[in-house]
Amino acid sequence: MTPLELFVEGIGLWSPRLGDFAALRALLAGAVLDAAAAPAAALLPANERRRAPESVRLAVEVAGQALAMSGRDPGTLACVFASAHGDQAITDAICTTLARAPAELSPTRFHHSVHNAPAGYWTIATGCRAPSSAVCAGAHTFGAALLEAASQVLAEQRPVLLACSDIAGRGPLLEMTGCDHAFGSALLLAPAAGANTLARLRLTLPTDHAASTPPPATLAAAAAGNPAAAALPLLALLAGRGGRCRIGRAAAAELLIDVEPVA
Amino acid sequence: MRNRYAGAMTTPMTPLAVSACTVTSALGDGLEAQHEALRSGRGGLRPNDFGSAPRLGWVGRVAGVEAAALPAALADWDCRNHRLAWLGLQQDGFLDRVHAARARYGARRVALLLGTSTASIGATEEAYRRLDADGRFPADLRRPALHAPDSLSAFAAAALGLEGPCLTISTACSSSAKVFASAARLIELDLADAAVVGGVDSLCDNVLFGFNALELISPVACRPFDAARDGISIGEAAGFALLERTDAAPRAPRLLGYGEASDAWHMSSPHPEGHGAELALDAALARAGIDAAQVDYVNLHGTASRANDAMEAALLARRFPATTRASSTKGFTGHTLGAAGIVEATIALQAIEHGFVPGNLGAATPDPACGPQFAWRNEARRVDVALSNSFGFGGNNACLVFGRAP
Repeated sequence: MTPLELFVEGIGLWSPRLGDFAALRALLAGAVLDAAAAPAAALLPANERRRAPESVRLAVEVAGQALAMSGRDPGTLACVFASAHGDQAITDAICTTLARAPAELSPTRFHHSVHNAPAGYWTIATGCRAPSSAVCAGAHTFGAALLEAASQVLAEQRPVLLACSDIAGRGPLLEMTGCDHAFGSALLLAPAAGANTLARLRLTLPTDHAASTPPPATLAAAAAGNPAAAALPLLALLAGRGGRCRIGRAAAAELLIDVEPVA
Repeated sequence: MRNRYAGAMTTPMTPLAVSACTVTSALGDGLEAQHEALRSGRGGLRPNDFGSAPRLGWVGRVAGVEAAALPAALADWDCRNHRLAWLGLQQDGFLDRVHAARARYGARRVALLLGTSTASIGATEEAYRRLDADGRFPADLRRPALHAPDSLSAFAAAALGLEGPCLTISTACSSSAKVFASAARLIELDLADAAVVGGVDSLCDNVLFGFNALELISPVACRPFDAARDGISIGEAAGFALLERTDAAPRAPRLLGYGEASDAWHMSSPHPEGHGAELALDAALARAGIDAAQVDYVNLHGTASRANDAMEAALLARRFPATTRASSTKGFTGHTLGAAGIVEATIALQAIEHGFVPGNLGAATPDPACGPQFAWRNEARRVDVALSNSFGFGGNNACLVFGRAP
C-alpha cells in the first residue's frame, strides 16, 4: 500500500514521571528528573478544572500541550480522544453506588462517566465546533486511534488533534484493568508540512504480524499496564532522531510507522 | 458562511453501498419485525421490568436476550450485552453476508467499527453486587475483557473472524452514527474494502439510574415532540450494516453523506439553537452533494426530552420545506443510546425500500413549535433520500444521508 503520510505539529505528554515532551527528551538524553506536577489542564476555566474528573484533566493537559506547540486555532480543530478504560475511578464509584443504593447515583458523576467526557470538556472549553470523537480498542487503543485520526487527516484534509490517555484504576475494578498509574500523550497531526512541522510520519498496515516495538528501557515501568503508554515507542522516536516502530492496532495486527524529524 | 466550522473543506464523497443490514430492538428481531411494527403503529415500550429497584419509567426491552446463548467457542464473552449482540448478528442472514465479504476481500480488508455508550458495563455492575469476601470480583466474572469499554468490538471481531481496522466509538448517543463516517474514510483511503458498522447498547442500572438522576426519564412511555413531553424512555438494541463500494452491490441503497460537529455548549444538554446539529446537517448535505429540499424523510433524534425536541423542531422548521417529512421513532423503540444511530439508519433505509414514512408515535398533542414537516401518522410516499440525526451528550452531533441506488 501507499504509506499514509502526515505531519506532526505538536506533542503532549504526561505521566507521574514526565510532565511534558521536553521531559521525555531530557530523560532519554540521560537527565535525572523530579516527579512531574499534577496535570494542570490550564485550558479549562478554573471552575471547570475543579469540577472535572481526573480523566478529563489528564486528557486536556496533554491535548493542550500539543495544541500550544502547533499554534493552531482549537475552534476549528477536529479532535479524537482515546482511552482504553475511560475514567476507572468513576466506574468504580458508580458501580459501588449502584450496588448499594442505586437511586443515590449523582447526576454529575453520571455525565462524567461517558467515554466522551474529555471530548465534551475540551470542545466546550475551546469553543470547538469541529467534529470530535471518543474511541477505544483495549490494549490496541493508541494504534487504532492513531489510524482513526490519520484517516480523518487524510480523507478530510484537515488537522486533527489526537489525545490518548488512561488514569490509574482503583477499587475492585483495578484487578481487571491492571492499570495502576496514569499515562497520556497527544499528537497534533496535519495533512501537509508547514512552518510548525516537527516530524513526518509514514504509516502502513503490514500484512504480517510481529511483536510491537518495546518502549525504551528507561520507560518500561511507565509503560507497564497502561494501554495509553503504547505510544511510547513512537514518542521516543519523535524525541530522538526518528526511525521505525511497530505499534498494535488490533488483535494480531499492527501499524508500521516511519518517523522522520523535520529540522 | 454556514460551513465556517465543520464544512469548510467538505466536498462530495463517493457514495457507498449499504449491501446488508439488520436490527433487533424492542420491536422484535430483524428488519421485518421492525417494519411490521412501524406499519401497524405498534410500539415496543413497556413499564420498566429490568434491573435494580426502584424500577422507574418505561423501557424498550428486547425479548429473549437472556435465552440467546453464545456458541461454545465464544463462551468467555458471555454477558447480557453480548447475548444481545449475538442475537442481533444472527438476524436477516447478516452473519452469512459478513462471511461472504470476508471470503471475497480477506479478513484483514474488512473493518469493524461499532458504537456503544456502556458496552457490557452491566457485567461490571453485577460483579460489584456480588463481590466476594475479599472484596474481589466473583470468580465467574473475573474476565478482564468484559470490564472494558471496547468489549463489544472485541467480542464482535472474535465472533465474525475479522482482522481489519477495528474500533469502538463511544460518543454517547451519536456513537453508532459516527461509525459510518469512520468507515467511509477507511474505504476512501483504501485501508479497507468493506466495513461492518453498527452498535449495541443494553439496559443496565448505570443508564437507568443515571438518566433518572438527571431527571430525564419520563414516568410514562416517551412522547417525542408532544407539547407535554416529560423525558425519555430508555431502550436497548443491536444493529449492524455492511458497507462496500457501489460496484460490489450496485442495486443496494447508499450512504450518500455524513456530517459530524460539536456544540461547544454543555455536557448534558444540547445547544438551544442547535448550532452543532446544524453544522452536522450542513456537512452531511455537502458530502451528499444535495440541498435540504431534496431530502424526502428525516428520522429525527427526537428523544422526548424538553431540550432536544425544542432545538430539533426549530432546526427542522428553519431548514426544510414542508415536502420533507420527518418523525422521531423513539416512541416505538425507546432511546437506545449508543445503538440509536444504527437503529434509525435501518429505519431510514426501510423508508427508502418500502416507500413509507413512519409516524411520530407518542405525540397526542404536538408541540406548537413543530412545523408542517412532521408526519404524525404513517404516510405512503416514495422516499429517495432519507436522513438520520443522532445527537449525544457532550454536544456530539452526527447526521447521515442515505439514498436509493440510481
